[in-house]
Amino acid sequence: MADLVKLTIDGREVQAAPGTLVIDAAKTVGIEIPAFCYYEGLSLAAACRMCLVEVEKMPKMMTACTLPVAEGMVVRTETPQVKAARKGTLEFLLTNHPLDCPVCDKGGECELQDMVFRYGAGESRYNETKIHVPEKQYSPVVFFDAPRCILCFRCIRTCNEGMGVGALGVINRGAVSEIAPSSGDHLECDECGACIDICPVGALTSGTYRYQTRPWEMTHVATICTHCADGCKTTLGTRNDRIIRGNNRDRSGINGEFLCIKGRYAFDFYDAGERLQAPLARVNGKLEEVSWSEALLLVAKRFNQVLADGGSFGVIGSNHTSNEENYYLQKFAREVLRTSHIDHHRTGDVVALVDALSGQTGKLATVADLYERKAVVVLGADLSLEHPLLSNQIRANWRHHQAHVYAVSAGTVREDKYAVASVRVGNAAETSDPSRFAHPQGKASAAEYLAALEQLRDKLKAEPELVMLFDDSFKGGDVRKLVEFGESLGIPVKYIGLVDYSNSRGAIDMGLTPELLPGYKASGQPGLHLEEMLAAELSALWVVGANPFQSGAARKAGFLVVQDMFLTETAALADVVLPAASAYEKNGTVTNVTGEVQKLKHAINTMGAKPDLEIMGFIAREMGVAGSLGPWIPDAVFDEIRKNVRGYEVPAPVIATGGAAQTAPVNGRVPVELRPDLVHSDHNGLFASGTLGRYSKVLHTVLESRLSR
Amino acid sequence: MTFSPELEERFAKFLTSYPPGRQRSAMIPMLLYAQDELGSISDEVIDEVARRVGVTPLQVNEVLSYYSMLHKKPLGKYHVQVCTNISCLLMDGDKLWDHACKKLGIGHKEVTADGEISLEEVECMGACSWAPAIQVNYDFHHKVTPEKLDQLLDSLRKKP
Repeated sequence: MADLVKLTIDGREVQAAPGTLVIDAAKTVGIEIPAFCYYEGLSLAAACRMCLVEVEKMPKMMTACTLPVAEGMVVRTETPQVKAARKGTLEFLLTNHPLDCPVCDKGGECELQDMVFRYGAGESRYNETKIHVPEKQYSPVVFFDAPRCILCFRCIRTCNEGMGVGALGVINRGAVSEIAPSSGDHLECDECGACIDICPVGALTSGTYRYQTRPWEMTHVATICTHCADGCKTTLGTRNDRIIRGNNRDRSGINGEFLCIKGRYAFDFYDAGERLQAPLARVNGKLEEVSWSEALLLVAKRFNQVLADGGSFGVIGSNHTSNEENYYLQKFAREVLRTSHIDHHRTGDVVALVDALSGQTGKLATVADLYERKAVVVLGADLSLEHPLLSNQIRANWRHHQAHVYAVSAGTVREDKYAVASVRVGNAAETSDPSRFAHPQGKASAAEYLAALEQLRDKLKAEPELVMLFDDSFKGGDVRKLVEFGESLGIPVKYIGLVDYSNSRGAIDMGLTPELLPGYKASGQPGLHLEEMLAAELSALWVVGANPFQSGAARKAGFLVVQDMFLTETAALADVVLPAASAYEKNGTVTNVTGEVQKLKHAINTMGAKPDLEIMGFIAREMGVAGSLGPWIPDAVFDEIRKNVRGYEVPAPVIATGGAAQTAPVNGRVPVELRPDLVHSDHNGLFASGTLGRYSKVLHTVLESRLSR
Repeated sequence: MTFSPELEERFAKFLTSYPPGRQRSAMIPMLLYAQDELGSISDEVIDEVARRVGVTPLQVNEVLSYYSMLHKKPLGKYHVQVCTNISCLLMDGDKLWDHACKKLGIGHKEVTADGEISLEEVECMGACSWAPAIQVNYDFHHKVTPEKLDQLLDSLRKKP
């Protein structure tokens, strides 16, 4: 590391690495230089003039946000001239500002309010008429109120640089400048809402949050988004058992402040009209509302009956339920129902990856690795649409560290824009003007991908290190071939096997498959797979948080119990439907696509719905078997998981305090026949989220949802 | 879309006039010449220029709306720009502007019904020494009086 530069700020000696900006150097010794436009991680704008400081030997005041430190530099941040400049800047910013703080969504958490409170002038000398422009709606989720805007251009930069979308710009000039959307009078973008969060004032406001509450009236609960597998932390603002907004402004979690439309807005399914709030039981062929005690008793009696008759059980678990629920469910199935017919919809072949990497450690990449490693290969998936956080990490890595990105896919992907090499495989024709949301785009075989990788071999060999991401194009033996290729490069390679949903990874880890127990131990018991269970004449089928009958398959099971939030195709066929709580209504842990375990935190209650773990516990109690299964308390079950599941010996304090800890299941061989035919990804785009996505209004009201599936 | 062969030739030259990767620098000259040929810059032109220089249409719009010499609405055959900035103002540029508006019956950035003449109140054109100044298309007229303006406007109308 180069020698540190010594400088003086407000009489204090400061040491900083060469290239550090004065504004950041000041922060290291607790001196705050105010700024609006400066934003860590984005390009420099020097637009707001709030960070002006005096620097000795420089004739004019300098913007601390663009000035790199220099040896012997003497900076002063609290001189009368600096104070007057700040006051002046604020007075200018307020000339056309409507000062409608009492009705502004940003009131209470507004940077302009805070700055004026601290540095500003209490009165204005501006007597002329303020320029006023009516507010505009740019999309169902983005509103723009031009007079409030202070033109810091953070929104433009976060959209362009951070998201790589570039849907916002600034038009006109001077006092009539305003932020403009990409498509005439409206936005055509990811609808992620990053521009709203990053806005220091109330110029960009959220269609779902606006005028709902004051920020200080909410309780903020940091939990994990329940849509895709990336495991973003979303901090839910709740009030009176309602979720009012989602964001992650405190940058806690593996995603920093990044969220896509699903994390920021698509929590709205919890409140959908179709939400089940009472158990249903089939009476004279029709599903009718019954009380919880009746429903539970009905299930317990029937389960005990089937057990007594020596009947067969099938159990289908979920990609969204917590690790605790999955663990408890498989224990229930195996120990109480004495069945190995347990499965879930597998969305990526993690089993094959873990098997191929057996005997090695540190081979599974984390979300952070995608930001830190020198090179990344993306195979198959249209990452920016299917795994927005992973894509964001890679983009930030390229922007900040010039990482080498290789995009190997069957169609045009956004990674092409900054990839050192893009390779097209399969039969997908390259379009000159691809709809940015068109998805999915064609398919290629693993053999074609591997051939493309061979072409890249020399380039990849020259990289100091690598992360490889692959989707369900690679299954079974092909995953092994891919790992063989990676290991033959002679450089450190880490892998990510992409899976679809918030706890897809956890479902495999927790043994929701007939052949594997929790922690990838062989069950030694043959059992039916998902499709086979649907086709078999089972005495009882128990579906927890899944929708296997979506395919339109006919029900064969003698008795069907479904736990779900909604009356899905599967629930509609059931004998008993038990209304389940969503991820935002329960505690527990989930494991993301990179194997990082994080805590779900109970944010709200929805009347009538119960967490799946509780439902299972109550069924056990009614059956008289609760003692053998142990308490249905998430923390207690997680303790059991930590003790019993290989790879889950993660530090409890990290999880408890809202951190992420990567599980390390890679050691011994996974003793199981690979079943690539069972693996199938839904390839959800930005505006789809499996069955759950159907019940999110916001995912369907944004214009772009029509462009994708 | 395609432009006239002359314009296409110019565009081809602009696109090679800048270092590799800086083709966006050609945006302003392309917009100016396209405007001269077509009278104004349509959305179609914006998309086309964006495509050719490798930026988004929004980025072209940013530039277009920043520069006052670029127009999205059609102008008159003769675009009369009257300066009312400080030097011209001291020399009765504001009265000249009022006179022009009255005579033509149109206001700022408006076009006469016959499409012949359009008016624009502009900031300093760098002709302070000869204030008040006006500019008609690319031609300057210095020390303009209401009478001289009348004559000029009449002569423009009579031009074939």
